[in-house]
Amino acid sequence: MVLRRTTGAGRTHHAGPLSYAVLVVAALVSLFPLYWTLVAASTDAHRVVSSPPPLVPGANLFKNLCYVWQNAGGRGMGVALLNSTLVAGSVTLGTVVFSVLAGFAFAKLRFAGRGLLMGLVVATLAVPAQLSVVPLFILMKQLGWGNHLQALIMPTLVTAFGVFFMRQYLVQALPTELLEAARSDGANSLRVVWHVVLPIARPAMAVLGMLTFVQSWNDFLWPIIAMNGSTNPTVQVALAGLGTGWSTDWSVIMAGALIGTLPLLLVFVLFGRQIVGGITQGAVKG
Amino acid sequence: MATPPDARHRQTWRSRLHRWDSKGSPYAFVAPFFLLFAAFGLFPLLYTGWLSLHQVSLYNVNQARWVGFQNYLDLFTGAPSRFFWNALRNTITLGTLSTVPQLAIAIGLAHLLNYRLRGRGFLRTALLAPYATSVAAATLVFALIFSPEGGMANWVIHLFGFGPVNWEAGKWTSQFAIATIVTWRWTGYNALIYLAAMQAVPGELYEAAAIDGAGRLRQFWHVTVPALRPTILFTVVISTIGATQLFGEPFLFGGQSGHQGGADNQYETLGVLMYDQGFHDSMLGRASAVAWTMFALLLLLGLANALIARRLRRAQ
Repeated sequence: MVLRRTTGAGRTHHAGPLSYAVLVVAALVSLFPLYWTLVAASTDAHRVVSSPPPLVPGANLFKNLCYVWQNAGGRGMGVALLNSTLVAGSVTLGTVVFSVLAGFAFAKLRFAGRGLLMGLVVATLAVPAQLSVVPLFILMKQLGWGNHLQALIMPTLVTAFGVFFMRQYLVQALPTELLEAARSDGANSLRVVWHVVLPIARPAMAVLGMLTFVQSWNDFLWPIIAMNGSTNPTVQVALAGLGTGWSTDWSVIMAGALIGTLPLLLVFVLFGRQIVGGITQGAVKG
Repeated sequence: MATPPDARHRQTWRSRLHRWDSKGSPYAFVAPFFLLFAAFGLFPLLYTGWLSLHQVSLYNVNQARWVGFQNYLDLFTGAPSRFFWNALRNTITLGTLSTVPQLAIAIGLAHLLNYRLRGRGFLRTALLAPYATSVAAATLVFALIFSPEGGMANWVIHLFGFGPVNWEAGKWTSQFAIATIVTWRWTGYNALIYLAAMQAVPGELYEAAAIDGAGRLRQFWHVTVPALRPTILFTVVISTIGATQLFGEPFLFGGQSGHQGGADNQYETLGVLMYDQGFHDSMLGRASAVAWTMFALLLLLGLANALIARRLRRAQ
């Protein structure tokens, strides 16, 4: 990448002790609330709010996790985890596939109205979904989708950001000669997509997929409206229920927060580097 | 030599197929996005505007009664205007409290991360961990930390000799706590964006500045910050859009106290007000009016931003 060749900013300077100190404090501040979630989840109703607060894990972790696993959100955290996985997985799959197709068309194919349509995509980048929740709620009611997962999947199945992101990537990464060669060999459009575009788009697809998964997993407003009082909650809906009166035991609430956070933290530990790269790429090029 | 009619037929058929394919496939490829966007993005947005001119009950969505601009008048001058202006003020103060420190700290951290470092991978991942935490989980944790009974925040300020604070009850204390959640979640994310932009700054600029006798701090102000201007603008736009819609943190922060946004609405934002009007008080028309007011606010912010960006570009 271009970034690596240029000797950027302070690259030549070594960090001084003060710089290290500030960075370590920042890292600790970032991590402490997560550690504290674990500690709090392993205590009991009494100990969690005692002074001085507990700073090392207690013995109740498993008990609290089991309780939340069986009881949170009506049918337990297991159902919520499964629902969140289904929703975030479908949304990710849809976003990646549709974004590659549209991004490829905008990047490399000629067709009437291309500029206008691409302008529309860019214009919709800034329109927040939050402004449409009331009609969406009515729409889902009329479709009979209330309480069903497709109410959460369909509205976010593709994003303007995804299309824009894939277009920016494919404009640079996909050689036009390669497309022409495949074309003159008699390959039709679908074969070109399958054999030429997809292999080249793969790294960007991975990045877009992870960003989309995180976003969908953490989505909050629309799920609590669509799944209000539902027996079919996502993790965030179950957590909202936990926090607003379902339990007064903070150690149990924190056990729920822990279960809801762990899957994504795991994804981050495994793919952290790619996610970091994806975020910075999207921002610098966007 | 004449080709047999059968083969000729096949040839034209094939070339016609080929023409259809190359003419039609681009539209087929972009169709899913536009169909889904039309159904679940554009139509609802316009329908929100239409609904905002009606009286609609949450429990009887099919019977909408035309009321003209009554919902807007109510919001701006009628009985609920107290809540509306309060929510607008809270959105602005909370937005400022959370956006400004967040971006300032992020740019400082990015500057440090840009030095030659040991453990750079660990530091980056650690700083990004809050981004992986959901609004709901983060807000619950911080609600416990800022709890008036046995919360960690009160224990810490007690160590420094200060009395306990009822964070949730006060206007500024609660907004400070909520701004802390937002800042915690997004600072690392912004720092990494700034870092990437800093690494793209050509090293020669720094060498030239160093030859002119500029120290590290002057280099930061006179080389780094100007080079980062487009990125700074990008993050300002993104965080402003986010701040305008702030919802999850003020919605959950009160926890068991019952009322979302605080018992005295001391940290109720426009997002919470919209939810409250529509899905708590079942007035979907008025909730739509709040949504379109937010939309107008975003358009205004976008316009202001475009003007500032143009002025900056001219000034360069």
